[in-house]
Amino acid sequence: MIVASLKKQLEGAGGTFMLETDVTIERGGITAIAGPSGSGKTTFLRMVAGLTSPDEGLLEVVDEVWFRKDTGKKTQVNLKPQQRRVGVVFQGYALFPHMTVLGNLLYASRDREVAEKLLNMVGLLQLKHARPSNLSGGQKQRVALARALMQRPRILLLDEPLSALDESMKTLLQDELLKVNRELGVTILIVTHDSSEMYKLCDRVLLFEMGRIAADTSPRKLFVERQTTQKFAFKGEILEIRAVDAVYIAVVAIGNNLVEVVVGSDEKEGLQSGDSVIVGTKAFNPTVRKFASKDFDISRL
Amino acid sequence: MTQGFDAVPFLLSFRLAAVTTVVLFIVSLPLAWFLSQTRSGLKPFVEALVSMPIVLPPTVLGFYLLVFLSGRSPLGMFFQEHLHVDLVFTFEGILIASCVYSFPFMLQPLQSGMEQVPVKLLEASYTLGKSKFQTLFRVVVPSIKPSMLTGLIITFAHTVGEFGVVLMVGGSIQGETRVASIAIYELVELMDYRTAHVYSFILIAFSFIVLMSVYILNHRKRASG
Repeated sequence: MIVASLKKQLEGAGGTFMLETDVTIERGGITAIAGPSGSGKTTFLRMVAGLTSPDEGLLEVVDEVWFRKDTGKKTQVNLKPQQRRVGVVFQGYALFPHMTVLGNLLYASRDREVAEKLLNMVGLLQLKHARPSNLSGGQKQRVALARALMQRPRILLLDEPLSALDESMKTLLQDELLKVNRELGVTILIVTHDSSEMYKLCDRVLLFEMGRIAADTSPRKLFVERQTTQKFAFKGEILEIRAVDAVYIAVVAIGNNLVEVVVGSDEKEGLQSGDSVIVGTKAFNPTVRKFASKDFDISRL
Repeated sequence: MTQGFDAVPFLLSFRLAAVTTVVLFIVSLPLAWFLSQTRSGLKPFVEALVSMPIVLPPTVLGFYLLVFLSGRSPLGMFFQEHLHVDLVFTFEGILIASCVYSFPFMLQPLQSGMEQVPVKLLEASYTLGKSKFQTLFRVVVPSIKPSMLTGLIITFAHTVGEFGVVLMVGGSIQGETRVASIAIYELVELMDYRTAHVYSFILIAFSFIVLMSVYILNHRKRASG
C-alpha cells in the first residue's frame, strides 16, 4: 500500500498554489494521474520519486517511510531517489546516448540475465547492441520501460509515456504495460491525458486540478456512466460537411478512422469543419452534437 | 651575436603546461560538477574568484603569488619545512602560479559542458540507484568529451603562452624557470633577433594549430548535435 499525503507550494501561471494530495493507493494496480497542465501531476510523480522535496507530509510505500515531515518540524525522513525502489520512465525517455540499449539496462544493475529477459519481454532483444539515436520513438520508450524495471521497483512512474507516439504504437505499448503490471505485479502510476488510455489501462483515476485531487474514481465512472443518455459516444473532429439532397453528411475523424454521419439540417446549425464533436447514438440514429467541455474534458470536471 | 637554438625552454614550457593541465583537470572536474549542480549562494563568489586571472594584469597576480609563496609566508614556510621545496624562482613555484593563472581555462569549458547535460539524464541515473559520483563518471564525463578536450587543449596552450606571472614568480633561471616565452624576452633584450624569430615562429605555429583543432572539435560537436 502506498500512502501519499503530501503538500508543496507551487508556482503556477496564475500565481502560487498549494499542491495537496491525500491518497492511498493499493499495491499492484495501475492508477492514472490526469488533469490540465500545471495542475501538479508531474510534481506529484517527482515527489514520489524523490526528485522534488515536498514542503511537508508523509510518503509511505509498502510499510517503508520514504518521506516524513510533520508540520512545524524538521524533515524526519527524506530518502534520496537512489534509496527509493522506484522506476521512472521520463517524458522524452532520458536514455543515455553513449550507451547501447543493453548498456542502458546494465547501468541500472549488472544482471545480464534480467536485462535480456526484460528486453525480450518488450521485444527488443535483437536491438540490444543498437544506440538510442538509431531507435524509433516507440523503441526508445520500450527501452526506457525495460530500464526502469531493472531494479525491481516497488512503484513504476510514467510521465506521459505514450503522448508522442502514433496510435498503433500506443496500443502496443499499452499492452506491454498491462503485461508488466500483471507479470511483475508492480504498482504503476501513469500521467496521461488520453481518456482511452485511462479506460484501457487504469483501475483508478486521480484527477488533479490546481494542486488538489478533484476527483478520485474509476475510469468507467468518469467517462461512461456520465453519458447516461447515450448508448455509445466518441469524440471526433469534423473534417467536412456537405449537402446531399435534403440532409447533410459530416465526415468525422474519430481516432484513426473517418466516419460519415448523416446530419439533419437543424443539427447542422452551428457545426462547421474543425469543430470537436461527440458522435453518439440514441436508439438507432447516430447523432452529432458540438463537443462541450462537460463531456470528456476531464480538466473541467 | 646569436645563441643558436636551444630546446630546453620549449621542453620546460611543455613540461610545465602538461603538469598544469593534469593538475587542473583533476581539481576542476569535481569543482565544475559542484558548480554545475549547486544552487548555493556561494556559486557566483567561487566563479568570480576563479575567473579573476582572466581580467587581472599578470603582474598583479604574480606579485601576490610572490608574496604568498615566498619563504616568509606561511605557505612558503610550510613547503620549506615539510617538503624542503622553495616556491620562489623554482619550477614548483611557477607550477603553482600556472595552476592559478590557467584555472578558469579548464574550469569554464568543463562547467558549461556539464550544465548542458540534460537534467533528465542525471535524474534518470539517480532513480536507477546511482550516486552523484557514479553519475559524474559514467554519464556526465562521457557526454562532455568535446568540452573536456577543449578544456585540456586550451589550458595546455594558455600555459605555454604564459609570460608575466611566470616571470614574476620564477624569474629566468636556465633549465628551471626560463620557459619559451621568457627565453624570447631575454633574446630580444640581448638583440638576438634571429633566434627570437625562430622561437616566436614555433610558438605562433603551435598556437595556431591548437586553436584550429579546438574549432574543428567544436564544429564537430555542433554537427553531431
